[in-house]
Amino acid sequence: MSFLEISHLEKSFGPLRVVKDFNLSVEKGEFVSLLGPSGCGKTTVLRMVAGFETPDTGSIHIEGKDVVRLGPNARKIGMVFQAYALFPNLTVSQNVAFGLKVAGVGKAETADRVREMLSLIGLPDLGDRYPFQMSGGQQQRVALARALAVRPRVLLLDEPLSALDAKIRVSLRSQIREIQQRLGITTIFVTHDQEEALSMSDRIVVMNGGIAEQVGTPFDIYNKPTTKFVANFVGTLNTFSADVTDAAAGRVSVGGTPVQLPAAVEPAKGDRIGLAFRPEALHLGRAIGREVTLPAVIRAVNFHGSVIRIEVEAAGTNVALDTFNRADTPPPQVGDAAEVSFSARDVIVLEY
Amino acid sequence: MSLWTRLTGWFALLFGLGYFALPLLGLTEFSLRARRGVYSLDAYAKVIADPEFQQTFLYSVSMALVTIALGVFLVLPTAFWVRLRLPAARPYVEFITLLPLVIPAIVIVFGYIRLYNTSSWLPLTGTIMGTNFLLAAGYTTLALPYMYRAIDTGLRTIDVATLTEAAQSLGAGWTTILGRIILPNVLVAVLSGAFLTFAIVIGEFTLAALLDRPAFGPYLQRIGANKPYEPFALSVITFIITWGCMGLIQLANRFTTYTKAPR
Repeated sequence: MSFLEISHLEKSFGPLRVVKDFNLSVEKGEFVSLLGPSGCGKTTVLRMVAGFETPDTGSIHIEGKDVVRLGPNARKIGMVFQAYALFPNLTVSQNVAFGLKVAGVGKAETADRVREMLSLIGLPDLGDRYPFQMSGGQQQRVALARALAVRPRVLLLDEPLSALDAKIRVSLRSQIREIQQRLGITTIFVTHDQEEALSMSDRIVVMNGGIAEQVGTPFDIYNKPTTKFVANFVGTLNTFSADVTDAAAGRVSVGGTPVQLPAAVEPAKGDRIGLAFRPEALHLGRAIGREVTLPAVIRAVNFHGSVIRIEVEAAGTNVALDTFNRADTPPPQVGDAAEVSFSARDVIVLEY
Repeated sequence: MSLWTRLTGWFALLFGLGYFALPLLGLTEFSLRARRGVYSLDAYAKVIADPEFQQTFLYSVSMALVTIALGVFLVLPTAFWVRLRLPAARPYVEFITLLPLVIPAIVIVFGYIRLYNTSSWLPLTGTIMGTNFLLAAGYTTLALPYMYRAIDTGLRTIDVATLTEAAQSLGAGWTTILGRIILPNVLVAVLSGAFLTFAIVIGEFTLAALLDRPAFGPYLQRIGANKPYEPFALSVITFIITWGCMGLIQLANRFTTYTKAPR
């Protein structure tokens, strides 16, 4: 059995089934993200692990013991909330020391641990401040220190970066990941931000409609989505519709151009299938290693600095592709005729 | 703003001030006339020297403190629980806490006497302690609308649910959560409820008189019926106490540093 084992978890609020047969095994020290749109049940799963919601059926085992019947204060789980939830009447040090005091840890040890935690989050000199005297990012770091001070078995992060501005969000996410790896603490992170999930996690659980659609490493989730929802939800996706010419041989045709897929197409998928690409899989112009070329017309050019996102119309579909900016090559003009090329190896086949 | 609107505004303000201030001025002026021909504090000296004043005042102050403790003990967990777990019950709880405003104190005290008299199943009126307890319970009921509203307003300013969950995840039980997190964060609200309770208890007459307890309210009435200047001096003293309470609410607000926190 894994360090944290969630089996057949179900939860309904009134007639609405929010979590349906949810299963997940998390190894010790692993960082797992629950990623999904609003209302997909990710926060409810997290709250059931924390003990704030009781599952209708199913079990949650931590270190081999079922904790479903335990109250949230008996589970030894640290939690960081979106709204920081620092106690406004306590200073930073007192906030961090709160859990230790409740646990009856001695004064000297508490003081040591508070000092250790504050230096861990890089705020060793702010112990005497009240939460309202700190920025959002600082408050969230204190909340992390407070959750970690009691040495919890599992750390739960409930969209901890959502309330922060973009720059702090990026710096704090690498800091959280670094602290998590340094302490080797098993962590579940809830987010609706795919960039956060992809950049921080060992594994991602993509949730939709109360079920786990796919569980995998960020690389697999992004490059080998197993369902249409995952393919669409994670990253940007371009889809060409293709006519199947020989299912067994994996031959299809995109706007009259033949494409040889690396594997056979299942006959159940019918005469038409979707061929999906990430923007980086499409190339403007011909290129070595990209054997399929389609004629295209430039429809829009968005300059992002180091990257230029170009929208083209090819095979009757508008698709987006990314190219790197080069100072000596100006971007193409809207309305220009062009070609896009891709490799059949980068295709994600979607059912229609 | 036209001159006419401005004049009307000033007139309304002066009228309001006069409406409140003139009777008070008259009252204070009359309370200073105990010595013929000159203003003096004779009436105040007499009242303060009266051992009955001291006894009844002390009694009422102690009753007020007991009432405040009872009120906080009853209302804080109730309001907290309603906010946290039973938001649907809020209108009903609010209605119940408003009842003392429409049910006269005399009805409550007759109910008490009927339920807890010496020949009843729980003869609380048979002992002094029992009657004191009944009086404190009655005062708590009378102060309920103010105490509940004060504390509920305080709870609205903090994120009760998240703070509770944060404390729970750190291992805290309900007593710790209420005592160490919720109460300190609504302390100013609790204090304003407490001062209002204090002001109500100090001047209350009906409950104390009908339960025959030596409280300040009945003493005030007795003096008023028998002495010329002293009751006015007493009224001024009562006003000062009440206003002192209001001032203390402001002071409490100012001295809590973390209440400046945006929440």
